[in-house]
Amino acid sequence: MAILTQEEAKKIIDKVLSYAKADETQVVISGGRTGNIRYARNNVSTSGETNEIGLNITSVYGKKSGSSSINELDDESLRKAVARAEEIAMLAPENPEYMPMLGPQTFPNSKTFASPTDAITPDQRAQIAADSLNPSGAANLSAAGYLEDFSGFSAMGNSKGMFGYNKRTSVDFSVTVRTEDGTGSGYAIRDFNDVSLLNSKEVTSIAMQKAQASVNAQAIEPGKYTVILEPTAAGDLLGLLTRSLDARSADEGRSFLSKKGGGTRVGEKFFDERVNIFSDPDHPQIPGAPWDNEGFPQKPVSWIEKGVVKNMFYSRYWAEKQGVQPTGRPSGVIMEGGDQSLADLIKSTERGILVTRFWYIRGVDPQTLLFTGLTRDGTFYIENGQIKFPVKNFRFNESPIIMLNNIEALGRQQRVGGDMIPAMKIRDFTFTSLSDAV
Amino acid sequence: MKRRDFIHLSGLGLGALATSGLVMMGNPVSAETLLQPGIDVAAKKLLADTALNAAKAKGATYTDVRIGRYLQQFLFTREKNVQNITNGESFGVGIRVIANGTWGFSATSDVTPDGIKKCAETAVAIAKANSKLQTEPVELAPVKGHGEVSWKTPIEKNALAVPVKEKIDLLLGVNNAAMDNGAAFVNSALFMINEQKYFASTDGSYIDQDIHRIWPNFTVTAVNKTSGGFRSRQALSAPMGMGYEYLDGLEKDKAMNPAGFNSYKNTYDMLEDAVNASKHAKEKLTAKSVVPGKYDLVLDPDHLGLTIHESVGHPLELDRVLGYEANYAGTSFATLDKWRSGDFKYGSDKVNIVADKIQPLSLGNTGYDDEGVKCKEWDLIKNGVLVNYQAIRDQAKIINEPESHGCCFADNWSSVQFQRMPNVSLKPGTEKLSVAEMVKNVEKGIYILGRGSYSIDQQRYNFQFGGQLFYEIKNGEITNMLEDVAYQSNTQEFWNSCSQICDKDDYKFFGSFFDGKGQPSQSSAVSHGSSTTRFDGVNVINTGRNI
Repeated sequence: MAILTQEEAKKIIDKVLSYAKADETQVVISGGRTGNIRYARNNVSTSGETNEIGLNITSVYGKKSGSSSINELDDESLRKAVARAEEIAMLAPENPEYMPMLGPQTFPNSKTFASPTDAITPDQRAQIAADSLNPSGAANLSAAGYLEDFSGFSAMGNSKGMFGYNKRTSVDFSVTVRTEDGTGSGYAIRDFNDVSLLNSKEVTSIAMQKAQASVNAQAIEPGKYTVILEPTAAGDLLGLLTRSLDARSADEGRSFLSKKGGGTRVGEKFFDERVNIFSDPDHPQIPGAPWDNEGFPQKPVSWIEKGVVKNMFYSRYWAEKQGVQPTGRPSGVIMEGGDQSLADLIKSTERGILVTRFWYIRGVDPQTLLFTGLTRDGTFYIENGQIKFPVKNFRFNESPIIMLNNIEALGRQQRVGGDMIPAMKIRDFTFTSLSDAV
Repeated sequence: MKRRDFIHLSGLGLGALATSGLVMMGNPVSAETLLQPGIDVAAKKLLADTALNAAKAKGATYTDVRIGRYLQQFLFTREKNVQNITNGESFGVGIRVIANGTWGFSATSDVTPDGIKKCAETAVAIAKANSKLQTEPVELAPVKGHGEVSWKTPIEKNALAVPVKEKIDLLLGVNNAAMDNGAAFVNSALFMINEQKYFASTDGSYIDQDIHRIWPNFTVTAVNKTSGGFRSRQALSAPMGMGYEYLDGLEKDKAMNPAGFNSYKNTYDMLEDAVNASKHAKEKLTAKSVVPGKYDLVLDPDHLGLTIHESVGHPLELDRVLGYEANYAGTSFATLDKWRSGDFKYGSDKVNIVADKIQPLSLGNTGYDDEGVKCKEWDLIKNGVLVNYQAIRDQAKIINEPESHGCCFADNWSSVQFQRMPNVSLKPGTEKLSVAEMVKNVEKGIYILGRGSYSIDQQRYNFQFGGQLFYEIKNGEITNMLEDVAYQSNTQEFWNSCSQICDKDDYKFFGSFFDGKGQPSQSSAVSHGSSTTRFDGVNVINTGRNI
């Protein structure tokens, strides 16, 4: 079994630490089971299951560190791995940015584990696929989808007395449904910690509906349009902004948050005042990991409040250099939304475009956070509060900074890739060309 | 570590990659371990036969087994500091079978006769379970057994054998040179990979291969704190199927380009390029912003390679064309009916594009693919007409090919092999033509070098590409540097606007070291050869914005 209990993990970590001779030693054990099933053209193409467990040791002498990793947890293997990490550390160059390991921490109780996902069987995976394949096949549509589930644990401890343990499950499901003649395509995606919340039939029915409704898309002129971004599309663009809130880049003068003449633009009003973005490891729908990438307990942080950038990510090294508290990257962000449903947002739109998702988004200019990409799998023209007809896909060139300044309305939130994202109605969104892709 | 995270990250800057903690594949080991030999060929043959026999006993009609030792060393530095050194080793066995006409795959790190036997049995069990959902049995194009053979990347210096200190000194030297020439920041990295792969199949092949790849890279950034502006320039190196000799930077491999600095062919002068990069990054800060409109583009091979990759390489993957990648990368505009028509004009008459896995020094250069097919070269586009796709053994019959093209690949022993892009290259022009002569005939154009922002739709019609360096051409002369340039076009329209290709003297490789495909995503490496090429009347947009 690849999942160790807290006691089992602690015992092994303590054993490793007892073998260690370095100035500082950190041990991480993690493991779990990953399962998947993939289908296309209404057939299962691949499926598999992997069980893995691994133990990683980092040994540090002064500012020189070395790592080793093993998959066997017997005493002999543990001893050898410690010796190897120490040997590598002694030969390593000094890292002037090395930060000493943290002492004991109090981690929040994480709610990332759901037993139904842990108990998933190959038959259940096949059933999730069948619930997607059967209705689309029956409707003469072609479904291609992918399910990946994970159940595992992570434990870490160090020679300064820190210890943490967490169990986590996740399930990611996506499906693309196409008409047999390839003139219509629809997509839907969901992610959860608990697989019992996933209804692949329902998710597939959304993709089927979009596939059928997108047949014979018409070409309309590219330009600036009011767009309604479904949460998946909105999340595609929002993540580009929330991942760019790095303090060091801003201080170094190479970020959109860098100020002319030096310094940063934290505290300035950048966006519409309805923009409130925060992280909260206790959020019931996107429970966070107990610690961040540097081992600090995750805590609630307000990143953007009423359109003002409040906080940036500070690594421990950069925080110390700047004399501030470190703020790690969150495991998920929450953007506040509104009460309106997608239907409400459409109803109040005189002329606009409904976007299901974006695709192949690439940075164009880091100075302005300008990105390009395309709409995909369900793009529709709205007139006088109604969806009138499907339209050909567009290429956009837009910055999430401009997007969050042009908010018309925010809709209800949905979990998208571990974040909570509202549907958004945005004015003057820039489409620069048309694509024939379906 | 999840491999898909790694692939995702490889699209980020080098700095983010270095500190992500996700750059390791396999277990961390010492640099010395990377030089130790793996188990010998005779032992591998015994283990492989164990798998073949165990699968057959359970009812498999075909089996292949891959015993793989995948080694990597990645070095990352910024300014005066070493950020990360990773030495990774991943060792195990992947077994693929056909039972009841259906594929089954299983992999294990337990490389013992017992572990392998169990793994083979699991693969057969999975095949049998999946066969209940199968509507069409797998049919493999025939392949001749090769007996016991071996193949090795023809390297001069094993990069993993070069002391780490020497390599770090090179990178820190590069950083110093960049900083001395006015860069505010510089990240540099060296990626080295060695795949020791043993393949055996029930067709009677026992193939031992030793494959090497290398990629030096850097990003230099210049900052103007007064204006709040910053600009970067990446290395103009190419990842190659070579050893450390790629870094020799021989004079014979340098050529002065029309913009007045050296481009590099089969070896690379990293130090010289870093000095140039600093100057370029500073120049970018004040370069003229492009006036949007139609321009004739003169595309350097360092840039054109990615355009070939995205607009020809991917759309001609047969699994995409058939719909197997519909839920992720997408499908393709290059449908079977277009190919069957025999006259689909993908490009102008000058466009001849070949696929291969045999060009010396290229990333795709391999003796045999991951299902035991001997590698070769074949035409994809001939005189502008679409003539073929990229197909593996279970796809060959769909396009009436008597044999596989030999482009099946798995990125690890634990990954199942599938169709991957071979090298896809544009043949040089047959008439004598230098880049300088090409530029001389352009009235209103832009000369573009290096890999920049790139985005293309899921059927590969509409694309937008940027670059590292842009130079304005007016009446046959390069006049000044440009910024905020991207070109937007449609694949077929673009390739049909191809009007001139420089001759073979200008031919060189571009490469993609971490190309992602599939779910779960796998990474592969591929080269694209070309000579500088001219495309007429392409739509150029201005990407500058005020925020």
